[in-house]
Amino acid sequence: MSNRIDQLFAGKRKGVLNIYCTAGFPELNDTLPVMKALQQNGVDIIELGMPFSDPLADGPVIQDSSTRAISNGMSLKVLFEQLKDFREKIHVPVLLMGYLNPVLLYGIENFCKKCAEVGVDGAILPDLPMDEYESEYRPVFEKYGLHLVFLVTPETSEERIRKIDSVSKGFIYAVSSSSTTGTDKNMGNQQAYFERLEALQLKNPVLIGFGIKDKATFDAATVHSNGGVIGTAFIRALEHATNLDSAIQQFVAGVK
Amino acid sequence: MKIAENTFGSKYHVDEKGFYGRFGGAYIPEMLYPNVEELQRNYLAILREPGFQEEFDQLLRDYVGRPSPLYFAKRLSEKYNAKIYLKREDLNHTGAHKVNNTIGQILLAKRLGKTRIIAETGAGQHGVATATVCALMGLECVVYMGSIDIKRQAPNVARMKMLGATVVPATSGSQTLKDACNEAIRDWINNPVNTHYILGTAAGPHPYPDMVTRFQSVISEEIRKQLLEKTGRENPDYVVACIGGGSNAAGAYYHFLNEPAVKLVAVEAGGKGVHSGHSAATTQLGKLGIIHASKTLLMQTEDGQITEPYSISAGLDYPGIGPLHAHLYETGRATFLNATDDEALQAAYELTRLEGIIPALESSHALAKLGQLALKPDDVVVVCLSGRGDKDMETYIRNLPGNTGGNV
Repeated sequence: MSNRIDQLFAGKRKGVLNIYCTAGFPELNDTLPVMKALQQNGVDIIELGMPFSDPLADGPVIQDSSTRAISNGMSLKVLFEQLKDFREKIHVPVLLMGYLNPVLLYGIENFCKKCAEVGVDGAILPDLPMDEYESEYRPVFEKYGLHLVFLVTPETSEERIRKIDSVSKGFIYAVSSSSTTGTDKNMGNQQAYFERLEALQLKNPVLIGFGIKDKATFDAATVHSNGGVIGTAFIRALEHATNLDSAIQQFVAGVK
Repeated sequence: MKIAENTFGSKYHVDEKGFYGRFGGAYIPEMLYPNVEELQRNYLAILREPGFQEEFDQLLRDYVGRPSPLYFAKRLSEKYNAKIYLKREDLNHTGAHKVNNTIGQILLAKRLGKTRIIAETGAGQHGVATATVCALMGLECVVYMGSIDIKRQAPNVARMKMLGATVVPATSGSQTLKDACNEAIRDWINNPVNTHYILGTAAGPHPYPDMVTRFQSVISEEIRKQLLEKTGRENPDYVVACIGGGSNAAGAYYHFLNEPAVKLVAVEAGGKGVHSGHSAATTQLGKLGIIHASKTLLMQTEDGQITEPYSISAGLDYPGIGPLHAHLYETGRATFLNATDDEALQAAYELTRLEGIIPALESSHALAKLGQLALKPDDVVVVCLSGRGDKDMETYIRNLPGNTGGNV
């Protein structure tokens, strides 16, 4: 069990905190300082966003952070350069999240190979169809030990959830409501869905995302799951931060 | 009409997985899976229902005013020394070909039990056509439009509002068609159950490219019949159409795709020149990529970020191209040309003075390349005149030769 994501869930089954941050945001060279601060404050998983010009599943806050990161000069090439030696300092599992187009252009095998080289543990590519992953790319991801995490939503049928569970590796990312990131749909209404997911007893751990922004929403999301993912609220906290370290410390303390 | 004939297996039609050659597919996030899968599962069966075809045909006839005339343009023919026919989609209700598709999709949406309609629009023609059918059917309508386009297409914005639609500005990115499309897709993600997305062009995730093409294929179906009546032959030598996403071209080509003698000519928006950095000529500038959930040719940076395109015509201002057209380009089945802003304007002024028809700026791109086709006197050429120019009057007047910018 060499993948850090698997190691984490082997030891911790409840309240796993995954925080998303766009790479190269707020400034190009903030990627590593932000990751270090997240680790220092006890965050369990770091999800690093690969910025894309047209992020269809994201709301305005994450899109704006992507636009800013791109104009800062962030790209996959620059990101892998920044991550070259990051494992000397950072030990928590790290996933790259982003859209398929830049990864396709970079080359799927090249991408997986680079992830393995620098020590990235997993990836989330929401617009990569599961069928195509299975028929074309799965062996490549497995060859380099890169876990690909798939999403489920409240509208996903049980049959499809089971299928996703059989293909997904590391964990399943359960989107709390049918929405883009950063909308304010009420988490309280979603308990029945979380319970339904829990009752399926999936082989993968389940992390819940979309709509978590503080301790109350994190606790609500994690009663029936293994943990949660925070993105938009964290980006908002960084947007106006004068001191990244204290902003991050304050933010994480407000969730845990 | 036979919108639902089974064409699987043909080289130029969509395959069972939604691909044209290596282009197409449905690269959607899981949040869109139920909506798109519902369409994929149902669209062909619904299109084949006799009741659906009857209602579609009746509305195209009595409401849209089809068949649209195939007009022999005598003076234009003399100028280019060939037999040039204009397929008059500009005479349709709402002034463009877009309504063929919105009629089809609103009937489909009703059969799927949807109560709310969303759409994207560039020039505003598709937005108007969508708002129109929503008024006709009494359904709620939200149209996303880039904030730049809202400014340059004011008359169409007013029409949509008068028809009862809510027009929402897309303020992200280049604030044009691509971003309007992003916002519509996001709306659909947030409203997965009651909403149908009436996509206006032959792009987007499968089944949209095929579905839109089938609804627009009434254009080529009529061309064949009308040409037979007028010339004694079904097949022209050339079919010429402008291409942004490519819905009017797809409709004009459809019944000729497997007729190799018919030369298909696609004209993209060259903007200020293909290599000027201000262009929307996707096949010349694009590489394989994914835009709006479709794998196709795409204008992008070397890092895979989608490039902001440029064209004087809001309807052609799109960095991608429908997957059918990417396939026609790659296989060489269609010839791709491009017209600059200036060439399109000149073609518009020329048609106006020769034939008394003011074309849409989009359609003017198709007209602009007639001089480059090496036509022979006996050649029969059909140009798809996809829309009328009312919405572009401000641009036309501003750019009139000799106009120094005073009041007109």
